Amino acid sequence: MTQDTVAGARSAAPRPSPPSPPPRREWSAHPGAIAGRVVTAGALAGIGLWTAAPLWADRHWAGLACVVAVTAAALAVYLSPKRLPGKYLFPTTLLIVLFQLFPIGYTLSLAATNVGDGHLGTKAEAVTAIETSSVRRDPDSPEFRLTVGERDGALVFLLTEPGRRDVRLGDADGLRPLPGARTNTGGRVVEAPGVRVLTAAEAATRGRELTRIVVPVPGGGIRSQGLTRAYQGTAGSRYDASCDCVVSDGRRYHADEGEGRFVAADGTALDQGWKVGVGLANLTAVFTDSRLGADVVGVFAWNLGYAVAVVVVSAALGIALALALHHPFMRGVRIYRTLVVLPYAMPAFAMLLVWRDMFNTDFGLVNRLLGLDVDWLGTGLTARLSVILVQTWLGFPYMFLVATGALQSIPGSYLEAAKVDGAGAWQRFRAITLPLLMLALAPLLVSSFAFNFNNFNGIFLITSGGPFPADDPTVGATDLLITYTYRMAFGQQGADYGLAAAMSVYVYLIVALLSIVSFRRTNAFREVDR
Amino acid sequence: MSREMLARHGFAVLVTVFALVPIVFVLSAALNPLGTLDSTTVLPNGAGLDNLRDLSTGTSFWTWYRNSIVVAGMTALLSVAVSALAAYAFSRFRFHGRRVGLVGLLVIQAFPQFLAIVPLYVIFSVISDTWPAFGLNSVWGVVLLYIGGQVGVNTWLMKGFFDSIPRELDEAMLVDGCTHRQAFTRVILPLSAPILAISALLVFIATINEFLVASVFLTGDGQRTLAVGLYGLIAGERNSSFGMFAVGTLLTAIPTVLLFQFLQRYIVHGLTAGSVKG
Repeated sequence: MTQDTVAGARSAAPRPSPPSPPPRREWSAHPGAIAGRVVTAGALAGIGLWTAAPLWADRHWAGLACVVAVTAAALAVYLSPKRLPGKYLFPTTLLIVLFQLFPIGYTLSLAATNVGDGHLGTKAEAVTAIETSSVRRDPDSPEFRLTVGERDGALVFLLTEPGRRDVRLGDADGLRPLPGARTNTGGRVVEAPGVRVLTAAEAATRGRELTRIVVPVPGGGIRSQGLTRAYQGTAGSRYDASCDCVVSDGRRYHADEGEGRFVAADGTALDQGWKVGVGLANLTAVFTDSRLGADVVGVFAWNLGYAVAVVVVSAALGIALALALHHPFMRGVRIYRTLVVLPYAMPAFAMLLVWRDMFNTDFGLVNRLLGLDVDWLGTGLTARLSVILVQTWLGFPYMFLVATGALQSIPGSYLEAAKVDGAGAWQRFRAITLPLLMLALAPLLVSSFAFNFNNFNGIFLITSGGPFPADDPTVGATDLLITYTYRMAFGQQGADYGLAAAMSVYVYLIVALLSIVSFRRTNAFREVDR
Repeated sequence: MSREMLARHGFAVLVTVFALVPIVFVLSAALNPLGTLDSTTVLPNGAGLDNLRDLSTGTSFWTWYRNSIVVAGMTALLSVAVSALAAYAFSRFRFHGRRVGLVGLLVIQAFPQFLAIVPLYVIFSVISDTWPAFGLNSVWGVVLLYIGGQVGVNTWLMKGFFDSIPRELDEAMLVDGCTHRQAFTRVILPLSAPILAISALLVFIATINEFLVASVFLTGDGQRTLAVGLYGLIAGERNSSFGMFAVGTLLTAIPTVLLFQFLQRYIVHGLTAGSVKG
């Protein structure tokens, strides 16, 4: 790709011997270098053009500006004889910005809003949705001849009034004239610019989609009736700008800009609201909303307990087995080792599902083997024990492998010397083997804790966070913060992306803190300054 | 045999049984001609390839298999390549923003990508409209996303290893008139084989097991990965599809085991540096 002509960057003096190195960090006139630069420039420009073309076609100027800026930066970095670190860092930087930084920033901005079910769009969109969903047919509603068309994959209405031939196009944005469309004598549109006219059979297969379309018009909306007729109904609910309220069935729902909803005097609100900024309300909700706060504290406590328990139990089991096999007279060590490491080779997601079915009350293996009839995943305590057991099964082989390696690297002379000094077996273990073992295992224990703290699969694929108390389906006995947050955003009780994003921010802060502490302990920060 | 040795063997056998029971159970379910969960015992009660046949003909299993190999393989390969470049720059160059970059990378990589699943979905909806080849329901889009989630931690892992390679080695090459690129490809990369291998293996395992992002992004039957496809297999018909699921599980283990065997000679060194599995 590029020519890094920085030979001798650190050498004190240029070497006299031929061939002399090219001058430092300047354009190389070597034909190969020139060809390399031309190819690089061509490739980067090509990628840039390919990326920019659809944005240009869509008139997406902001996106186009970004692509141009990134391409220019790439050209500047890769064509210059300087900026050597940039050449190596550019791909990583781009990926991190696109798929880590940008999502994090987006999450932060979501956390400051009430975005969720019923609060997805702007206020104007909410008003349109409220009005069009309340469209009703009156005896004197005007009728249209309807032809169903398709534009960019979405259905549109092609409407003609009885006795007239001019065609109007209706979609979710409203009604507008469509010059250039042709109709037959029956009023059916046969050709329309930019729209594919559907046959009756084609339209029939998309009947459900068709009935959902409402074309907003002042005071109401146009809906389809069958495949060839449409009527203009009046809205049962109507927005009145003078009072900034929605009048529905004689009741007034006033706009509440703080909550992004239309609320009546008695406190009832319309389902459809809009997106508003709520500042720090989502972030402080954990402290101000007592029920949410109690839930989160409970989940957090179990989350900590789960991560600690998994790390401790799997490390203890792994170390114990490594110690048991670590003896000069022990036979069959290789066989044990090969068999015990097998869980590590199996796909974790699938084995989690296998364990879930092994804990099944009716035909699960655990109950059949033990002759029990326990609903393992159905009560809080047994479900918690079960998920810890499963994660131990997945985790201990790795601990065992690392512990075995660490045991073998402990110099025998240490133990000899202790023995000579009269230390017993237990003393030798406590004073020499265990500390050295923990030293080797420490990084693994920390990363295992960080992993299990957010072990989404380990909970979700087995219990989905359950079992849930009968009166509260939002928080289950085995819920980790991450599964609890996930259900907040994608659960059955309706999505609250804003609150879920705020919870994500907290989870992130905890994990970031953990990783900073662990890297500090492993002296990573000293390496930064090296 | 002394009592101590007997106790050691007894304990080792117990743990081995604990490790093996679920795996033998899966094997038994895979061979079970009836293919249901409730008719499966720990030890095989029959042997037939009916489940394999059902899986091959009744589902898109081999498409999922190919998708998973492509996604995990490309993610492992590309994220290791990209991270190695960045790690080299952080390890060998001194430049403005190096410290900020390193600490920033450390803090950012702690963010679990799937926490931002809603923003990511929105981002990829836009990408879908503009560049369908990398959008929703495209394995390439998911590969890019996974790489973005993996480069941070891999860069740190590799930078630590590169730092342990004596600078004199590549500096000698620079003095002799080589370019940085040559120093990187001929000295650093060959000497870093252990960390490259362990990173690739860990990324491969993490990716082939990834469920959440794949389930949101790859919904078409032709684009599903093994995790999403096999989950769907027993989501509806849990009891009757269990045999097929078990066959799929065993087949899924094969690429990981093969890769492990292939990379094993490098791995002993890198083992403690890596992360964990779950």
